[in-house]
Amino acid sequence: MIDKIVATPADALADVPDGATVMIGGFGTAGLPNELTDALLAQGARELTIVNNNAGNGDTGLAALLAAGRVRKIICSFPRQADSHHFDRLYRAGRIELELVPQGNLAERIRAAGAGIGAFFTPTGYGTELAKGKETREIGGRWYVLEHPIHADFALIKAERGDRWGNLTYRMTARNFGPVMAMAARITVASVHETVELGVLDPESVVTPGLFVQRVVRVERALTQAGGFKAAA
Amino acid sequence: MKQPASTPPRWTRDEMARHVAQDIADGAVVNLGIGLPTLVANHLPPGREIMMHSENGVIGMGPASVAGEEDYDLINAGKQPVTLLPGGCFFHHADSFAMMRGGHLDVCVLGAFQVSVSGDLANWHTGAPDAIPAVGGAMDLAIGAKETFVMMEHLTKGGESKIVAACTYPLTGIGCVSRIYTDLATIDITPQGLRVIDMVEGLDLAELERLSGVPLKAA
Repeated sequence: MIDKIVATPADALADVPDGATVMIGGFGTAGLPNELTDALLAQGARELTIVNNNAGNGDTGLAALLAAGRVRKIICSFPRQADSHHFDRLYRAGRIELELVPQGNLAERIRAAGAGIGAFFTPTGYGTELAKGKETREIGGRWYVLEHPIHADFALIKAERGDRWGNLTYRMTARNFGPVMAMAARITVASVHETVELGVLDPESVVTPGLFVQRVVRVERALTQAGGFKAAA
Repeated sequence: MKQPASTPPRWTRDEMARHVAQDIADGAVVNLGIGLPTLVANHLPPGREIMMHSENGVIGMGPASVAGEEDYDLINAGKQPVTLLPGGCFFHHADSFAMMRGGHLDVCVLGAFQVSVSGDLANWHTGAPDAIPAVGGAMDLAIGAKETFVMMEHLTKGGESKIVAACTYPLTGIGCVSRIYTDLATIDITPQGLRVIDMVEGLDLAELERLSGVPLKAA
């Protein structure tokens, strides 16, 4: 029997080793797997390389992981934000390594890892500082930059519904990096707001097929503020 | 350096946005960058059906949410809660950027620090040594639409032209901008040089060229 549903975020992340590369989904307030990030903080793994679009906001989630000194390197597209003070401080002190990647190249490098692509030529970034030192090639009259895949040990993503085979559906723009990160990691942990029996998810609407997901953990929906779903009045 | 003798007449930001909006055709798929370009959405001419794309995985995006109706799972690239029009849909980040890179967007409107006479764009980083760099989707957007429009003030606060012979700020993309909308003029970037297609009333080409510090011709 295949049963990928685990009881708690702590159970789902118990085996994250020091030095692991961990992808964390989310863009802005949507799709951040906050319960999983909190569990990673509690779990204690150190010297992590984090892959996320941003570099933490405020004092919770990824920002708390940074503040606790657990992140050696971050691979992201947009670290600087009004409330990215923990990252800003570590970066200015030289205590965290930053690999800055244009957002589309970030998504495609993650996808490439999941799709078994060795490397790919992209026009994004050609002629800019972010392509410095990288191989370039003219193809069909246009210049491209060679970019390599980003593999991960773990991906922490937020989905909406999941079943014990790991099939997932998402909710609106909370989908963002989830489906590609799920493909790129050795172990993908998805938090969902609802677990359902096999066959309940419409097969035509499954976004992430279960083979990309190793663990599913149900978390309460935060009926709250920026950061989660807000219930209709 | 090129401080105007007197303050030139200027278009307001809404007027600039209206100029951009008027040039977006019925049926176009459009991405509006964060900042000034978001104003364009308020000025789309009635009767044109335009599909708004946002990098975080939505097409058919509607207006900003009204107070009390926000859903923080439905946001735009500026991370503000928005709405979805009937027919709109969601997709993941790799597909979203494939839409750009693959040339599926008709128009992208971006802000800028500088645009060069050959259409090079600088809009992601001032290059200041203490600045924390952040690029987001800027480089993908710059090269990712059939037409990349820039919307910006013509001059810096110090009176320097933001249209330059060569960008001094770090580049976002090379030769990617096709048209510039400023508070003084609308200018096409062509292989033959800059062509002024519209200019604020009360300004003449010679004065615009003096303020801009680069060669300009009437279209």
